Amino acid sequence: MKSGSNLERVLAAGHFSVTAECGPPRGADPNVVLEKAALVKGNVDACNVTDNQTSVVRMSSLAGCMLVKDAGVEPLIQMVVRDRNRIALQSDLLGASALGVRNLLCLSGDHQKFGDDPQAKNVFDIDSMQLIHMTKTMRDEGVFPSGDKLEGAPKFYIGCAVNPFADPYEIRVARLKLKMVAGADFVQTQCIYNMPKFIQYMEDAKKQGLHEKIKILAGVTPLKSAGMAKFMNRMVAGIDIPEDVIKRIADEPKEKQAAKGIEVCIEQIGELKEMEGIAGIHVMAIEWEEKLAEIIGGAGLLPRPVVEQ
Amino acid sequence: MITGTPKPIDEILEMVEPYDNIIVAGCFGCVTVCRVGGDKEVQVLSSTLRLAREARGKKLEIKEVCLERQCDPEYLELMRPYVEDHQAVLSIACGAGIQFLAEKFTITPVLPGINTGFLGVTERQGEWAERCQGCGDCVLHLTGGICPVTRCAKSIFHGPCGGSVSGKCEVSKDVACGWQLILDRLKALDQMENYGKIKPYKGWDSSRDGGPRRIIREDMI
Amino acid sequence: MLLKAFENGADGVMVIGCLEGDCHYVNGNIRARARVERVYNILGQINIGPDRVRMYNLSAGEGAKFAAFANEFVEKIEELGPSPINVSRKAEHQTSLQEVER
Repeated sequence: MKSGSNLERVLAAGHFSVTAECGPPRGADPNVVLEKAALVKGNVDACNVTDNQTSVVRMSSLAGCMLVKDAGVEPLIQMVVRDRNRIALQSDLLGASALGVRNLLCLSGDHQKFGDDPQAKNVFDIDSMQLIHMTKTMRDEGVFPSGDKLEGAPKFYIGCAVNPFADPYEIRVARLKLKMVAGADFVQTQCIYNMPKFIQYMEDAKKQGLHEKIKILAGVTPLKSAGMAKFMNRMVAGIDIPEDVIKRIADEPKEKQAAKGIEVCIEQIGELKEMEGIAGIHVMAIEWEEKLAEIIGGAGLLPRPVVEQ
Repeated sequence: MITGTPKPIDEILEMVEPYDNIIVAGCFGCVTVCRVGGDKEVQVLSSTLRLAREARGKKLEIKEVCLERQCDPEYLELMRPYVEDHQAVLSIACGAGIQFLAEKFTITPVLPGINTGFLGVTERQGEWAERCQGCGDCVLHLTGGICPVTRCAKSIFHGPCGGSVSGKCEVSKDVACGWQLILDRLKALDQMENYGKIKPYKGWDSSRDGGPRRIIREDMI
Repeated sequence: MLLKAFENGADGVMVIGCLEGDCHYVNGNIRARARVERVYNILGQINIGPDRVRMYNLSAGEGAKFAAFANEFVEKIEELGPSPINVSRKAEHQTSLQEVER
């Protein structure tokens, strides 16, 4: 066991795993996180807490993780390299591990131009690939990147993100491989709507045997409305929602679109469950956490397995 | 070359408000090439300032000069005979030149007339683009001659990130994805093996992050 | 050069160029227009009144049109009044005259 986290144990035992995410609030109110955690509890093996997503300032991921943990849900800390240099990153890794966080997702981070403070300094001291490598070094060799010994190595199940729908397609599997080589244990993909493209991506990944070396969790996001789908397509870089998917939602009258979105999401999860190489799903029901039980339950993934230490 | 953009005229007028008699100094180097601080720009700026000031009833006398460079002491020395006859120098050279002017003529206020920008190239007449961040540790041989520090908005070394769409950076449709460019070039050069390695963490201490930099050539002193 | 004309006391400056597409020097008239635009913007920024400079396109044989444009422009400048430079210089001149009289 690399970290002994619940997510690691569930995956190691061969179960189809489930993770979800909690976005912390734009303020210091802990109750927002606690309420979301209550909706997540019992439906997942671990819960991501985002890190100033889209550069919009929110309560820190580490703080969010502690609140999630207090609520009885296993946290998964997200770390972007946009805002912190390697000194701060190392320090936060040690801190998070000391506080009992055992899952980590290493990310680049959206450019600060999208957030509240486009005038902020761009850090990007090391990139996400190097963060993965650095964490693995600290975890497995018990040393700082500088070589000094650690007084207690951090224990993390190390994750990364991939976007099979970004350009150029040709490099996407190569990047996944690099992340695996750097030390990633699991990967959460960007949310999938374009199934044919994702199937192609998985084929290319399997050709390199990557599905056996890294646990792939497929990302899904339920659509609340056709409007939301169109908005995401236009405004979020790297999202690919095909016309026929939008049409299925759009064809419903407005008040029935949300229910359709959930239906489509459950269908998707069903398809992903049957796909070779997919070790689990990552459900990003952003600001719609109350639907998690319905979606995950509807996909036949409840109750979550309990795997002893 | 080093590029720059003119400061808004209102800002300059505010800077020169206390003076009746100034020098406007241009430079025949980089700022001439990017049409912001050369001889012609000195003339246009001086006319503009004189017109603006006279229209307000407070004339401004200007001595117009353009130096070979403002970053070499020999050329700045040529100003010494007349510098003290004027109350201030408004320089439209790059930040390095402006500071050097200030260092050489310590009792005369030196004012910046441009906002110095980036190290770049002339993509076409009238359009200049950034190419180099002066990081002090060049890896262009590994990236097909395209700089990941400068051309990638996130300066990542194993790109492109998930925000690259149709060869454009998530930051703007007008910005090419630096990593798309690098990959295209590596493919064309048949050097894709340069991509498949985990690169060591960048040492930023050779850039300005390590403190203001200096080069000393013992053999030339 | 255009700015110098105003420094030398002009209240308005007309710039005449060839008809677009008809330039003997291929696109000299287009470049000229870009430069006139620039002066227009500068004059606007320093409150001299951008309308004091204007470019007209004509061919060499259009004498009557030239006269018409010239009259139109002169009328416009008379409407705008003397340039702020000239106003300022006149005020200064009067101040110094008053001092001489004393």
